[in-house]
Amino acid sequence: MGVRKIAGIGSIVLIIVSIVSLAFNSLEFGLDFTSGTSVRLSYSEAVVVADVNQTLRENGYEDAVVVTFGSDRDIRILLPVDETVAVGEQAAQAVIVGESIAGMLQSSSGSEITLLGSDYVSAKVGGELVESGGIGMLVALAIIMVYIAMRFQFKFSVGAVVALAHDLIITLGIFSLFRIEFNLNTLAALLAIIGYSLNDTIVVSDRIRENFRRLRKGTPLEMVNISLNQTLSRTLITSLTTLLVLFSILFIGGESTQGFAVALIIGVVIGTYSSIYIASNVILYMNVTREDLMLPVKEGAELDDIP
Amino acid sequence: MLNKYPAWKNILILIVVILGFLYSLPNLYPDDPALQISHELTELSQGDMPVITSALEAAEVDFFGEEIDTESIRIRLNTLDDQLRAKTAIEDALGESYIVALNLAPTTPGWLQAIGAGKMNLGLDLQGGVHFLMEVDMDAAIIRRMEDNLSNVRTILREQRIRSRGLNLMSNSHLEVRFANDEDRSQARSEMVTIFPELQMQSREAEGVFILDMRMTPATALQIQTDTLQANRTTLLNRVDTLGVSEPTVQQQGSDRIVVELPGMQDPAQAIRILQRIATLEIHLESELGASSLSYETYDYEGIPVNVDNSVVLQGDSISNAVYQLDQNSQPSVVLSLDAQGGNQMNRATRDNVGRRMDILLIETKSRTITSINEDGEEVEDIEFYEEKELIMHATIQQALGRQFSITGLTPREASDLAPLIRSGSLAAPMTIVEQSVIGPSMGQENLDQGLLGVQVASGLVVLFMLFYYRTFGMAANAALIMNILMIVAVMSSIIPATLTLPGIVGIVLTVGMAVDANVLIFTRIREELGAGAPPQQAIDAGYNRAFTTIIDANLTTFLVAAVLYTIGTGPVRGFAITLMIGIITSMFTAIIGTRAIVNLIYGGKSGKTLSIGSYRKNIKQDDLNIAAGK
Repeated sequence: MGVRKIAGIGSIVLIIVSIVSLAFNSLEFGLDFTSGTSVRLSYSEAVVVADVNQTLRENGYEDAVVVTFGSDRDIRILLPVDETVAVGEQAAQAVIVGESIAGMLQSSSGSEITLLGSDYVSAKVGGELVESGGIGMLVALAIIMVYIAMRFQFKFSVGAVVALAHDLIITLGIFSLFRIEFNLNTLAALLAIIGYSLNDTIVVSDRIRENFRRLRKGTPLEMVNISLNQTLSRTLITSLTTLLVLFSILFIGGESTQGFAVALIIGVVIGTYSSIYIASNVILYMNVTREDLMLPVKEGAELDDIP
Repeated sequence: MLNKYPAWKNILILIVVILGFLYSLPNLYPDDPALQISHELTELSQGDMPVITSALEAAEVDFFGEEIDTESIRIRLNTLDDQLRAKTAIEDALGESYIVALNLAPTTPGWLQAIGAGKMNLGLDLQGGVHFLMEVDMDAAIIRRMEDNLSNVRTILREQRIRSRGLNLMSNSHLEVRFANDEDRSQARSEMVTIFPELQMQSREAEGVFILDMRMTPATALQIQTDTLQANRTTLLNRVDTLGVSEPTVQQQGSDRIVVELPGMQDPAQAIRILQRIATLEIHLESELGASSLSYETYDYEGIPVNVDNSVVLQGDSISNAVYQLDQNSQPSVVLSLDAQGGNQMNRATRDNVGRRMDILLIETKSRTITSINEDGEEVEDIEFYEEKELIMHATIQQALGRQFSITGLTPREASDLAPLIRSGSLAAPMTIVEQSVIGPSMGQENLDQGLLGVQVASGLVVLFMLFYYRTFGMAANAALIMNILMIVAVMSSIIPATLTLPGIVGIVLTVGMAVDANVLIFTRIREELGAGAPPQQAIDAGYNRAFTTIIDANLTTFLVAAVLYTIGTGPVRGFAITLMIGIITSMFTAIIGTRAIVNLIYGGKSGKTLSIGSYRKNIKQDDLNIAAGK
């Protein structure tokens, strides 16, 4: 089927782009992960991040990370912690650094710059936590696979997990590509995407299982198509209500939840798409059959009764 | 009859709704700014009030609702600004040894408090406060245990009359005993192998000396780390309690760190002063006459100089409890309980020393603010820590002591001060603050306001959409949605003491978006059934039944993910996971049982009525649907 192929190719391309971007561009880790100094600046006109980066590099701030926040005129510069300064004096140091950076950028760009604030921010997450988080993700995936294999069939487990990986990689890829800051809130959003995408995939899988069990005729492809059509309106309505919610957080919820909302919006859109095209595609690719989903003994007994 | 709930089920739902409403109610009552005044050592009483009152009157600050309990005095103030001025005024009036902490006092009416309803705890990001990350010095904990071992080995050798040529601590986990010959060494080894299962023993010879190496096993070192961290966490919890912060978090992070979060606290210096206060006991023996002057230190005890031997019989961390009591002669005493190992140690040390004197040292780490001039000629204030050792007991050992013994010869005041100090005092290992951050209350308020506005607007939009799309059924879903939010709030306020953080709010908002999913599933199913020509009553029933497995499957998997996140995550991840879990459970109740009750009340038992569920495609092919295939 045409659309299916196009979707498959599109997804593969997106995943490759994401992985390449993650490999070369990495993620813009926020200070939740890397304690340091945060300098917030407001420009009178749109900022060219590359220029700011260059100016910082030329002036000895090689490790500075520049991210935009709120609008294209506000930037936040994240500097890694200066180890030579005692912990107690970091806050005072941050103020000095902030002023010197503001002055420096002011003179190199024509724009009027206001220093909104500069703070010492300490990392909330140590390396071991990132590690345990990663392990946790794997454990979560394993548990999901086992559960789905029990309730459905192993092929559905693979479908769901591939769809999940697809969503996470592409969302991270978009973060990396557009240099959106990755902090603890966005991490929580990623975890939410797991839940959301899974929810969607399960609903579709549930319908596929039901149709396989109840409808007498039809190829697996037809079964999947019927199921997708039947669940389509539900999938779209739920995505719509969730997006309604997320957009209201994005526009009203304030600066601190914006990253969260953006991550989730991306995730919900991709998650909706993947539950329609990816999970079912994988299941079909693995040659799902009616026998895969028959209820073991009980169903067999009933079949015998039918002449 | 089809689509009728039995009365008990309706009543049950009604009760749940009422409970949800009641237990979320306290969140509508804003807290009063308050001050919590306590003393490092003594209990406060009515007698302390006049000083406070006159200080506040002098500073022209209005206050009300003063409460006095044994540990602290709390007064309420009108504004946050008053709170700060009152704090300075009271601190000036009472002096340094009193702790005046900024605090928020609940205004929940008594009858709500009586049924156990409380407010939701707000996280640091919503309330402002201080965050510390403290690192425990594990090497110190291990070396301390080895020092204990060293002095035990020495005692055993002496008891068994085995001659050694010296004991040395080679590293923090390695102890070396030297012997003149092999017989002594093997005798010592066989004596000690059962007593010190935590040490690995190895014999070796060097330059004609027979050496027994005793090394701590890695498993023991790990155990000490775990115990130390746990013990320090407990101690910190006790100390934080004296700050009167409403909902402190003291959480283990990784293998050697503890996170302390004090919502509402705005003064990190004061928090540090309390957190790092260290008070511990050490039990020593009096030095023997003619001992080398290097082996003891001299303390003053009621005006008499006493030489206290340097080796420690027992460290304060063996003390599991300390209680103030009157002994059989009605004299004040503090009864100390030791853990099992401490009891053995104590017994061993005292049974051979009956008649000798035992000395108990109280070691307090205190802090003081020192002012110095920095290179720019400005005055800077710094906090400096120093140790104060005091000999608090010097008594003759009458008999071998065990796991419980008492300190006597104290005045009632001393005894009642000492017990709580020891209880909260001993840290198993020293800690350093590796990071600290302060979140201002205004920033917290801003986060909270925006988050709540987000919830309101989001819910409003979803409610409008559902109403427009599903008509009467949408109304049922909306009622369920509101019920769901109430229940999440109620559960988080009263049943599970979860802390609401910004990601938590987003978790709730997300639940709002996703909770309608169950209803969407059900309603689309009902529409399908109607489209296939099923009569209204059957369509409702079939819709709910068919959607049920799907909803369970979908929610259970999401719940599993949330549970894993909760177990492995910290901070915001946890906050998010907990709201998600609560939301999944409550939404299943409201979306399935709740809406069904409403739908049943409207349509149940009546025949031939059309359903107001929005438009649907008529004449769905039978083959497309499972309705015909149903059993």
